[in-house]
Amino acid sequence: MIPLRKALSSSVGKKFIMAFSGLCLGGFIVVHLLGNLALYRADGAAFNLYAATLESFGKFIIAAELGLIALFLLHAISAMLLKLNHWGARPERYSVVKSKGGESKSTLASRNMIISGGVIFAFVILHVWSFKYGPGITEGYTAAGGAHGEIRDLHRLVVESFHNPLIVSAYVFVMLLLGGHLWHAFWSGLQSFGLTNPRYTKGLYCLGSMFAVVLSVGFLMIPIWIFFDLSTVLLGAIK
Amino acid sequence: MSNTSQSRHSMHLTLLVWRQEGPHKPGSLEKFTAKNVSEDMSFLEMLDFVNEDIIKSGKRPIEFDSDCREGICGCCGVVINGQPHGPDRATATCQLHMRTFKDGDTIVIEPLRAKAFPIIKDLVVDRGALDRVMSAGGFVSVKTGPHADANAILIPKPIADLAMDAAACIGCGACVAACPNASAALFTSAKISQLALLPQGKPEAARRVTGMVEQMDKEGFGNCTNIGECRAACPKEVSIDFIAKMKREYFKAMFAPMESAAGDGGA
Ligand code: HEM
Ligand code: FES
Repeated sequence: MIPLRKALSSSVGKKFIMAFSGLCLGGFIVVHLLGNLALYRADGAAFNLYAATLESFGKFIIAAELGLIALFLLHAISAMLLKLNHWGARPERYSVVKSKGGESKSTLASRNMIISGGVIFAFVILHVWSFKYGPGITEGYTAAGGAHGEIRDLHRLVVESFHNPLIVSAYVFVMLLLGGHLWHAFWSGLQSFGLTNPRYTKGLYCLGSMFAVVLSVGFLMIPIWIFFDLSTVLLGAIK
Repeated sequence: MSNTSQSRHSMHLTLLVWRQEGPHKPGSLEKFTAKNVSEDMSFLEMLDFVNEDIIKSGKRPIEFDSDCREGICGCCGVVINGQPHGPDRATATCQLHMRTFKDGDTIVIEPLRAKAFPIIKDLVVDRGALDRVMSAGGFVSVKTGPHADANAILIPKPIADLAMDAAACIGCGACVAACPNASAALFTSAKISQLALLPQGKPEAARRVTGMVEQMDKEGFGNCTNIGECRAACPKEVSIDFIAKMKREYFKAMFAPMESAAGDGGA
């Protein structure tokens, strides 16, 4: 039995933490995207009701939020500890570096996880600050919420934000980086836990790329959809 | 070498070779011209050939490591145009032929770079770190007695094959050199897996993986980020599936009872 402290501070153990927190965050963003699919409707009732329902869980939702913050910090801190170690591991750089290709998973994404991750981290802070702690009922962003009575009109806030081309471009940019992060992350997280097997490696990597594309596109289409009011344009065209 | 074969197949190359007097001295790339290099030479023969001229001119020859020159000892290994052991896959530097290059090419030759591999001179690096990782558990403790019967312990063929694939590692350090993080995960995992797969290696598996990973970390290698450049550079094509196996072995060791170290009175 390896003492837990020693195990988790080893290079292998730190990657267990990285992979565990990363895969949990991956689970979170799947749920987050599923909820946000309501934003593809021009009518904000469904989205506002969804947000109000989450809020109504009270203590439970706060516990989940604290858990998410812990996961983010765990992931980011172990990322930085690992990265610091890499930087020291090759003090003198090569004057030429070239991949030998083959089965290497060396991509722009896999070599720059710390950059995509760092941008995502900064983004999450701004994102939560501007939406969760943005204008609410007291500022007049109210909507009718049926059984919930008067609820916050979060949909209006989102739509207003996504009519600003700067915000839309920033979201699209960060979601592309998220796609890059996930492209390597899915396979890497499983490999870090030893959950890969020669028979499935190719398939898992492929699945990971699809996961990355679906999530990245799923998220980045929301601001674009709202900016160009595509639900009216496209649905209007169908009618 | 006859003149005709020289003129038919020979080439002129420019070499940019890393020169460094000693471990803590500054180094830099020095330019050499290699004339009349035969395409039938191995890369190391080409360096020998260039060194003859350097020696004749009274200068210090280019230092590099080699021993078997047939791809089995793991002694050779330089980074050629940014690729450990050069552009060919599944090839050690000693097995690389000059026909891989073209007349007029410029070839940049650097040592295997990692903090854990201090440069001794020019292209010669100290890979003692890998030996110390081995000493931390890369063995099987056996009672030496009468010769045991072959096949007394049956090993299924697929398992034996897999262990053999891991055992193909010649410990050259190309994986470390190729890794963007200078991690020794492929080397360490190959050595761990080779023994963990076989019945004789199982009793000590938990202690082995703990000790070898600990030593690997102590030596100042970077961490694996599952990029797989190691696998591409490996002259023996050792698979990163063994890195996954190392992770599983480590996870098991976190919970498995561990037999005490050899020599302290048994289990
Ligand atoms: C939505 C948010 C995120 C998700 C879903 C996510 C997911 C993942 C996953 C699954 C891995 C693979 C873990 C492994 O191989 O051990 C990973 C790796 C990584 N993540 Fe994240 N991550 C997220 C945010 C972040 C943030 C905020 C940072 C930080 C500063 C970050 C930095 C990294 C780094 C540096 C790696 C490197 C893994 C490696 O190549 O070894 N990630 N991420
Ligand atoms: S000299 Fe032995 S492997 Fe190249």
